Amino acid sequence: MHDISEEIPKHRTANPFASKGGAQKRKDVFTATALRLATYFILLCAGYIFVDIIIKGAPVVFKASPPFVNIDFLTKSPETLMTFETSDGAEHKLDFSDYSQFKRDFPDLKIVEEHSHAFSGGGILGPLVGTALLTGICIIVALFVGLTTAIYLNEYSSKGRFMDLIRLAIMNLAGVPSVVFGLFGLGLFCLVAPVITDAPMESALFTVPILFTKSYISFQGWGTCMLAGGFTLAVMVLPVIIAACEESLKAIPMGFREASLALGATKWQTIAKSVLPYAFPGMLTASVLGITRVAGETAPIMFTAALSHKDKLPWQDVNGVGGFLSQSVQAMPYHIYTVAARIPQSEYTRPMQYGSVFVFLVVVMLFAALSVFLRIHYRKKIKW
Amino acid sequence: MKTSMSEQEKQEEVLTPETKTANQPVTRENTHDLVIDVDNVSFGYVPGKDVLRDITMNINRGEVTAFIGPSGCGKSTLLRCFNRMNDLIPTAGISKGEIRILGTDIHAPEVDVIELRKHVGMVFQKYNPFPKSIYENVAFGLRIQGINGKQALDQAVEESLRYAGLWEEVKDRLNASGLGLSGGQQQRLCIARAIAVRPKIVLMDEPCSALDPISTAIIEELITKLRSEFTIVIVTHNMQQAARVSDRTAFFYLGNLIEMDRTTTMFSNPSKKQTEDYISGRFG
Ligand SMILES: Nc1ncnc2c1ncn2[C@@H]1O[C@H](COP(=O)(O)OP(=O)(O)O)[C@@H](O)[C@H]1O
Ligand SMILES: [Mg+2]
Repeated sequence: MHDISEEIPKHRTANPFASKGGAQKRKDVFTATALRLATYFILLCAGYIFVDIIIKGAPVVFKASPPFVNIDFLTKSPETLMTFETSDGAEHKLDFSDYSQFKRDFPDLKIVEEHSHAFSGGGILGPLVGTALLTGICIIVALFVGLTTAIYLNEYSSKGRFMDLIRLAIMNLAGVPSVVFGLFGLGLFCLVAPVITDAPMESALFTVPILFTKSYISFQGWGTCMLAGGFTLAVMVLPVIIAACEESLKAIPMGFREASLALGATKWQTIAKSVLPYAFPGMLTASVLGITRVAGETAPIMFTAALSHKDKLPWQDVNGVGGFLSQSVQAMPYHIYTVAARIPQSEYTRPMQYGSVFVFLVVVMLFAALSVFLRIHYRKKIKW
Repeated sequence: MKTSMSEQEKQEEVLTPETKTANQPVTRENTHDLVIDVDNVSFGYVPGKDVLRDITMNINRGEVTAFIGPSGCGKSTLLRCFNRMNDLIPTAGISKGEIRILGTDIHAPEVDVIELRKHVGMVFQKYNPFPKSIYENVAFGLRIQGINGKQALDQAVEESLRYAGLWEEVKDRLNASGLGLSGGQQQRLCIARAIAVRPKIVLMDEPCSALDPISTAIIEELITKLRSEFTIVIVTHNMQQAARVSDRTAFFYLGNLIEMDRTTTMFSNPSKKQTEDYISGRFG
């Protein structure tokens, strides 16, 4: 039989691959460990945030008995929560509207001890709806301006100093702190943006009469309203959208444009028929992420659109489209800020805090998932 | 096809204005035979650095003309001058001379490059069908001209696909994506797309360089068939291909046109030493 031991070197020291040990090797192990721990730190943060919010927030939104979802939390707007004890010794916890009803129903019951907890009752419908509207306006404005800018930059502009300057400006815009955007929005959209009106305000920057009518274009601002908020958010997300749109346009092979032009298509026909249709999915998916990011911003809407308390939903009692757009709204980020930092804290405020954060997180994650899904879906469908 | 034909007659009027250059009287006869007339042309991608120098050549109606030469010698550049695709590069331009197509200086101010390109189709080196259906790929050029009638389109699509020798292979899946075809089929789809608008001239820039030998043979056969309807200019790095498909061959070297002659003469009895060296494979 063949003896393999013959082939193994007799002297271990002769092994050319033996570890030489020493400082280099230790340094290598140390580096790998440090890098790994840094990565785990991220995991720890993410885990803590999600676990904490889910453990404390999910019970507010879901419940063990049918219909398993706390309908009131999703269909009512924030209210003051009343806690009180009646003379018969029973303890009660009611939203303010129910509390008034309760007093009417049982006029004889004497209320012994009562506490009110602002914003801790009701649900979060108002802020949810407000955020949806702000985000909707933001999407329309940002996609329109972002798309046109990206098309111009990528398809029409020639390379040069001026274009580099524009790109630099756009990139710098991305670094502006959100509170500055808030103030900018206040200054531009709330105070000087143009409106068409028959009776310009005294405070208008200037007014331009429209010929042959009694109306004026008055640069008096839109006031604090959802339109101003949506525009402010849009300006804030523009750098991301422009970058995303340009990226998608660049990914379209030159061959499509050349083929189309060589067939006698005009530049615009080429863009509209042979570039945009294939770039659009990429633009949309990348934009969704950017927009969900700004939808969670508090500072830009704080001065321009948000309201902590509002009885009516945006579509109740409004006066046309103009009236609809020029009202303030509640919004999720601002609502969370209010319940977390601007009201007296008690055990009764906890469910509202965690429930709001939980729902908001779920909504944002759904959008992120949608964006990922869209990307995968289109990548499968379109190949070149 | 009827509508597109009448469209085309209209365009011919646009492309051929009455104002002919005085020193170059265009008689009925030479507009007929000279489809492309390159007159002492120099061209540069950046001003002052010409990559084509003093090119003078004639390309005749109904012939296949091959451009050969080592890579980087300017074959594609000249080809892309003919449909002004070089306009896409802002600094590029002709520094000298004139290119006349169907008797008209293509850089004359009254020439609309869009109309020019409807007359001068192009097939690219890398086949580039749109990620659309086979049908829509072929119909693209007609649709952008505003031809949307189903009957006209159906007919033009079938005719063009038949011309390109692709009809039998795809007639049952016209609505399938053009990208699902094999490489050779995709290139033939691109040829069908280019001829669907009935150009007078078809430019082909190394149409077979990305294809296997069998697909190449099919396309070469197709080119010899198309010759009866279209004037074809083909760039190729493959001399056997030039010998097989072309009537006349132009040999370029370092931006100069060294020699242009009947292909049979050129390959059997070249008049220039450089041509002979290149053809016999001594460089390039
Ligand atoms: N877009 C461009 N910009 C600048 N120079 C170019 C461009 N395209 C080609 N060239 C140059 O022009 C010369 C001719 O190129 P080309 O016409 O593509 O050669 P061929 O097709 O014969 O291989 C080459 O030197 C090449 O480097
Ligand atoms: Mg080339």
